[in-house]
Amino acid sequence: MMSKINFLKPNKSNLNTFLYLGSFLFFISVLDVLLNSFFSLNITGFLPGFLSFLLPLILGFIGLYFIRIELSGIKQLDLLNKHINTNNFNAILSLLIIFIILKSIPPILSWFFINASFAGDSKDVCTGTGACWTYIKVWMRRFMYGMYPNGEQWRINLSFIALALLGSVGYFATDKFKKYLTLYYVVIYPFIAFLFIFFFISGGPVFFDFSYGIIAAILSIIIGFFIPSRFRFYYFLIVPLALYILLKYFIFYEELVELGKLDGLNWVETGAWGGLSLTFIISFFCLIFCFPIGMAFALGRRSGFPLIRYISIGFIEFWRGVPLITVLFMSAVMFPMFLPADFFIDKLVRCIIAISLFEAAYVAEVIRGGLQALPRGQYEAAKSLGMGYWKMHIFVILPQALKLVIPGIANTFLALVKDTPLIFVVGLLEIVGMLNLAKTNPEWLGFAMEGYVFAAIIFWIICYAMSKYSYNLEEKYKTER
Amino acid sequence: MNFKLKDLGPQLITVIAVVLVFGFFTYNAQVNMESRGIDFGYGFLSQESSFDVQFSLIEYDGSHSYFRAYLVGLLNTILVSVIGIILATILGVIVGIARLSPNYLINKFAAFYVEFFRNIPLLLQIFFWYFAALRALPLPQDAEPMLGIFFLTIKGLYVPAFIWQNFNIFFYSILAAIIAIIVIRIHAKKLQETQGKQTPVLLISIGLILILPLLSFLIGGVGLSFEVPVLKQLATTSFIYEGGVSLPPELIALALSLSLYTATFIAECVRAGIQGVGKGQKEAAASIGLTPNQVLKLVVMPQALRIIIPPTTNQYLNLTKNSSLAAAIAYPDLVLVFAGTALMQTGKAIEIVSITMFTYLSLSISISILMNWYNKKIAITEK
Repeated sequence: MMSKINFLKPNKSNLNTFLYLGSFLFFISVLDVLLNSFFSLNITGFLPGFLSFLLPLILGFIGLYFIRIELSGIKQLDLLNKHINTNNFNAILSLLIIFIILKSIPPILSWFFINASFAGDSKDVCTGTGACWTYIKVWMRRFMYGMYPNGEQWRINLSFIALALLGSVGYFATDKFKKYLTLYYVVIYPFIAFLFIFFFISGGPVFFDFSYGIIAAILSIIIGFFIPSRFRFYYFLIVPLALYILLKYFIFYEELVELGKLDGLNWVETGAWGGLSLTFIISFFCLIFCFPIGMAFALGRRSGFPLIRYISIGFIEFWRGVPLITVLFMSAVMFPMFLPADFFIDKLVRCIIAISLFEAAYVAEVIRGGLQALPRGQYEAAKSLGMGYWKMHIFVILPQALKLVIPGIANTFLALVKDTPLIFVVGLLEIVGMLNLAKTNPEWLGFAMEGYVFAAIIFWIICYAMSKYSYNLEEKYKTER
Repeated sequence: MNFKLKDLGPQLITVIAVVLVFGFFTYNAQVNMESRGIDFGYGFLSQESSFDVQFSLIEYDGSHSYFRAYLVGLLNTILVSVIGIILATILGVIVGIARLSPNYLINKFAAFYVEFFRNIPLLLQIFFWYFAALRALPLPQDAEPMLGIFFLTIKGLYVPAFIWQNFNIFFYSILAAIIAIIVIRIHAKKLQETQGKQTPVLLISIGLILILPLLSFLIGGVGLSFEVPVLKQLATTSFIYEGGVSLPPELIALALSLSLYTATFIAECVRAGIQGVGKGQKEAAASIGLTPNQVLKLVVMPQALRIIIPPTTNQYLNLTKNSSLAAAIAYPDLVLVFAGTALMQTGKAIEIVSITMFTYLSLSISISILMNWYNKKIAITEK
């Protein structure tokens, strides 16, 4: 009796019988599904419907049961058993996944490529059952640049290319210049980017009210390095404002404004910006602004001064507790009420301020995590060297803490990029907004699916690349520590 | 008293700056409102709202007050959040465990799911489900019934309605079962601590929660019947279903995309939690003779839950806040009904936006206070 049962049990002694039988059954079951889905051939069609549906699963299950032979000595078989065929339950799940993949490949392929239409430039070519990529092709400019005039779009392209090149300087910097890279990326690069976008994309004069503020800030920071640290706090309180007033009201204001205008560049108001380029612009600026604000509030939350601490906690918890959409509502309908009647802030700028403040709260929490994770010894060592608060944080604490929180920061930035479509609330249309606009065009009704798939692919590539990059950075710094 | 004049300077300056900014804003707001002839106040909440809401859990029409409209929006937000949280938890736990499976295919499938859904903006996913996927559903007259009683159509999902008789008795029976389970749990814990005896609490609980309501059906005179939706012709081409409960497509799209999106994050929390329990713990537990089930129940899960629960609660909070994206597809949630329609009608921007923000804020602060309390309770007390 026992021997009979043993004979039916696959093991090493009857390896060949079961191996061939099992592989055959497994092969049949996969073949059945394959033929069914790729060529709509149903080789088990003679069976009643229910059985015909379940048969591949049963056959495959028996097949996998037969080839589940421990230590068979055949390397591939052992590998297969170890990875997808450890027990009955796993075998069924593996089969189901294989069948799902086989079943879903043909419809996806046919929708994406085989039955899709690519040629032409009107709706008439889209007669097939597949996707209508012609729609994307025709609307491409709108999806990329929004309502930006077609003739001026080279300005966006040129700015982005220039900024990408300037941004990649870090890769080519020699050791001699490496130590200035932080300064470059934190102060100079954002400034250049701002100039490009304001001066080139929107076509405004370079020198306007805010640019004095920026110049004053940069000048005072540079001079600030030479001020003894005892007076630095009061210096920063007074000098930037004084410089700003000085620059604005006393030094050749008119000449600078004239000088800043380029001939031939038309002013394109921000309402016309849109599409993917707007996604980039908003993410870029929010990224630049939310980082220092977040850092300030992270330090504030760990400050020894109770009042500063409570204000920081209040700020952080407030922004973290509300959804972004209400923040944007606030920036759209409530914020103008808080400003003097003749004072107008552009919609885009309001939007960037709102998102930056919102994300800054999240960045602050992430950085606080890094600050808390540092051992006390680091603080004490820095203090024992006679470093003050700012010196200690700039040279000892923050470099280490920021390294620790790179993944968290990257996640926050990822969330920021994914949040940009929400600006539809204030009437700015980036790529998702443009899709919704194009969808309602009477000439092109009924292509919502193509549009969303297109945008999903673009966002997926951006976000996936960012997350992989942050993962790499994390690995890199992990070994350095 | 450790008071230093030096410390006072920076604090004073910060406070003055904050007060100045707020004062500036308030002053401007006052001037602006005066010039536009708007008065500040929350009195409008009791006025008649005179707008309609498509979908509401409580009785509501235009003759009710703005406060009632606020409640409608709030309840809709809570409804979609609760549905989303339940679905996301189920899906997230399954995917999170699948991520740890030794089976290569399952593992990669789960990883693909996580990477795919969390790298696409939620708003895009909502649009996709609402405008592209759900629009491909059949019209009411062409819909095939699922299991004979559900109808999934372009106008929403129609499910049978429960019609209860003596519902209160049924409710009390469930309440009694829950109280009994709590008492038994406490008793079992005492027994375990004093005598080391283990009671099959789970089996008893399941039995109680099944048997007591069943008894209420048999003896208590509780009756339950279903009202199946029936197709009704309004005009030659216009059909609707009557009877039953109808869930609007906005709700379906929103709940679906919220749960699919949040499930990816919950899956990562679950994975991190289970991975966070050291291998030594499992081996130690096995070496003192616990069965694999006991290892999971008594050693791994309590430690894994300690890691899993705080970030998962955070995700629930995110889901609730993300449900405000409902405004984009016109699901009447708090933001759409109150910060949208009501704001348009009254023009009371400051009041309405502040109420909306305060609602979300109090929700998340209360949950984070609860979380802090829980964290303190379960934290491993170190020397």
